[in-house]
Amino acid sequence: MSAANMIQLPEKAPLLGRAAWSAWLAALIVLCALVPVLNLLIPADSVFHMSDFAVALVAKIMCFAICALAMDLIWGFTGILSLGHGLFFALGGYAMGMYLMRQIGLDGNYKSALPDFMVFLDWKELPWHWLLSDSFVATLILVVAAPGVVALVFGYFAFRSRIKGVYFSIITQAMTFAAMLLFFRNETGFGGNNGFTDFKRILDIPIATPSMRMTLFVLTALTLLLFFLLARWLVTSKFGRVLQAIRDAESRVMFSGYSPLGYKLTIWVISAMMCGVAGALYVPQVGIINPSEMSPANSIEIAIWAAVGGRATLIGPIVGAFLVNGAKSWLTVTYPEFWLYFLGALFIGVTLYLPDGVVGLVKKLKGDKA
Amino acid sequence: MGTQTTTKTFMRKLLVIAALLLSVGAHALTTDEAKAIAIGEGDARIEALRAAVAKPDEKTVAFIQALSDDAVKVVAGSPVIVNGDQGADPVTGAPVALPDSAEDVMNNNRMRGELDSALATLKLLSPDEAVRRAAIKTLQGNVDESSLVLLDKAFSQEANAELKDQLGQLRAAALLGSSDKAKRLEAAALLGQSAQAATKTLLMERLQVETESDVKVALGNSLRKVEATLAWGDRLGAIFSGISLGSILLLVALGLAITYGLMGVINMAHGELMMIGAYATYVVQGVFQKFFPGAFDWYLLASVPVAFMASALVGAALERSVIRFLYGRPLETLLATWGISLMLMQLVRTLFGAQNVGVENPSWMSGGMQVLGNLSLPYNRLVIVGFAFFVLAAVAFMIGKTRLGLFVRGVTQNRPIAACMGVNTARIDTYAFALGSGIAGLAGCALSQVGNVGPDLGQGYIVDAFMVVVLGGVGQLAGTVYAALGLGILNKFLEGWTGAVLAKIAVLVLIIVFIQKRPQGIFAMKGREA
Repeated sequence: MSAANMIQLPEKAPLLGRAAWSAWLAALIVLCALVPVLNLLIPADSVFHMSDFAVALVAKIMCFAICALAMDLIWGFTGILSLGHGLFFALGGYAMGMYLMRQIGLDGNYKSALPDFMVFLDWKELPWHWLLSDSFVATLILVVAAPGVVALVFGYFAFRSRIKGVYFSIITQAMTFAAMLLFFRNETGFGGNNGFTDFKRILDIPIATPSMRMTLFVLTALTLLLFFLLARWLVTSKFGRVLQAIRDAESRVMFSGYSPLGYKLTIWVISAMMCGVAGALYVPQVGIINPSEMSPANSIEIAIWAAVGGRATLIGPIVGAFLVNGAKSWLTVTYPEFWLYFLGALFIGVTLYLPDGVVGLVKKLKGDKA
Repeated sequence: MGTQTTTKTFMRKLLVIAALLLSVGAHALTTDEAKAIAIGEGDARIEALRAAVAKPDEKTVAFIQALSDDAVKVVAGSPVIVNGDQGADPVTGAPVALPDSAEDVMNNNRMRGELDSALATLKLLSPDEAVRRAAIKTLQGNVDESSLVLLDKAFSQEANAELKDQLGQLRAAALLGSSDKAKRLEAAALLGQSAQAATKTLLMERLQVETESDVKVALGNSLRKVEATLAWGDRLGAIFSGISLGSILLLVALGLAITYGLMGVINMAHGELMMIGAYATYVVQGVFQKFFPGAFDWYLLASVPVAFMASALVGAALERSVIRFLYGRPLETLLATWGISLMLMQLVRTLFGAQNVGVENPSWMSGGMQVLGNLSLPYNRLVIVGFAFFVLAAVAFMIGKTRLGLFVRGVTQNRPIAACMGVNTARIDTYAFALGSGIAGLAGCALSQVGNVGPDLGQGYIVDAFMVVVLGGVGQLAGTVYAALGLGILNKFLEGWTGAVLAKIAVLVLIIVFIQKRPQGIFAMKGREA
């Protein structure tokens, strides 16, 4: 007994250090106060004006950053590489998209109460899974519940039979691939190839106005920042420490009397739900959702954002999402044929030379200096 | 130019048919008949045409052929055959001036169909077997009593047993519409032996209008017989397309069984190595077209080793430059090879363009083997099934019986001990990876014969291929074979039942459920390997 008392338990780390809190607050102020002012109040011809294009781009990347953060929780901290997170992102997006389709009301091309694609398919009433789509509250629940339930069921069976490592990755890839094929079908009631688009209103307010766009932008920024705190709280808690122990030596965790199933399943479902929220924020801002969001390539790209920024650092994936997507939007415009070479080289280079990502590199350089 | 060629083909067709008509009772075409066929209301024209076909002569044939080729005009109320700038009287053959006021003879689709079957009926008497075969095919499903005279004649003359059989079926189909009850009964009995989907429709149509009860019974019996035969054809067809899909999956998965199954390397660029093999085939095809057009039919044989070498070299380069640094880190390997696949795809887009390229079947691979009335096995599929098993045998031999295979197995099982025995393990890794990649190239070569060749070729197969390897059990060639064929057949049977996409989803779900039960695959590796 006495020996056990001698063990010095590490002190619980604070949620964020002093410098980190300042940075977090600065990000909050920039994203939620400065950007709206620069975009809405500064006249368009001023050098300080932030264009609508830039706002839309940053908003989009922030949605991706949420995905990268979710990926970091499951991959960076728990060591489970998911190649199916695009599915959860798309499920959240589709849940929101259904609500937005209903908000079009009678203003569709066919002036029908049903969404256009249903009129096109000659359907007379809403299918059962659209019943909740009229209510915004129900939609908000669905945005987290749909990916959550799918992740729960899938994860339960996968983790229970202790599928791990590459097997798990490949099965998640098959999962999102199968879902993509399913959503491509017209009769599943998700708009087939074209998905949902042509949104008009959200909460009966026109969706394309500058103020609505800025509201969504600020909401996305707040979500990202709050999710960052949530993730930080998760990984510094005892729960988070068990996750990291599972990542490093799962059998030892089991020998110590923990059952990894509950831990893995919890973080897996949380991660999926975060992606769902990201999808729901993404869809009203880009104005379209279709099954290609579920393609295996999209899911694997989320992993590369996390890897580029630096796994198991939380800030890394956010940085990575901004770096990669920033490069993407620049390259696909200036040198469209080089984008895939660049992305491919990034996959190879990061895995070979930058296992800790950009954040790890910066830390190392700082450490060398000190 | 255009008129000349049409005239030429026209003359040739005319000669062929004229030659074979010498035996038919000559009944000269009269001007009245020609008029009745060319001018007037649709029904009356068709009747006149049928009457003429029953007792044809050379001129009738020429006239019908001309009508079908749109080479008949009406001058001053009588039909004239147009030959280039010249007009000719259909009966006498005397030249007729073609004034500008000459009107075209308009044939609607129904009339055209009648003309075609009239010509086909006449061709049934051709001395050329291929012409007769084609004529029978054209006539299937559109004969009636009016063609009976010629059908009877053709049936009694036919020497080829197979064609005689088919002619009998045609005769029966024509008899079915007869007003004579005995003839209808005979026809019903005869048609029961058919294995054509068209016969089924024919019988069903007759059954609806038939009034005589005993004929109805006979028709019903025949219908059931035909349906049973057809069902067999469908079932065998599904099994064959299952085996065909399975053999493709097998080819795709065999390479993975080496790189992933034996070496443990998750190679997401496997599909792109297949794509390289397919493009290598395309290049070889181009070389043959340009330099050896005479030997074009054999380009595929030359492209097999080229495809293997191209993919193997790329594979070896990848192993040397990227993959060897990632051994033991499967998740990183997965990401890095995904990056490689993106770059290879873009490289091919840069070199060959983003569009699909055309790879032709050599002539000996086109066409198919007719097994049942509704079941034909395409030669290219048959060749691929054979090729898949040939590659399987070669791989099994290589892994099981050769020195390289021994080394590969040794390094897989225990790397340090193999190294102690003096095996250069790094080199063996490269060879093994190149071998797996080369087999991917062979798969690409095979795929180029049945599908599109484009930069995305590999993407469609990579999920399936991993499923096969995972399902079959890692490190197991036999498991890979069973899993590939099983998945192929299962997929095709589900497809007939639920449609292609749902079948694919169902198979994926089944695999995911199956792996729950047996994470180690169908054939678990025995021993302490965990």
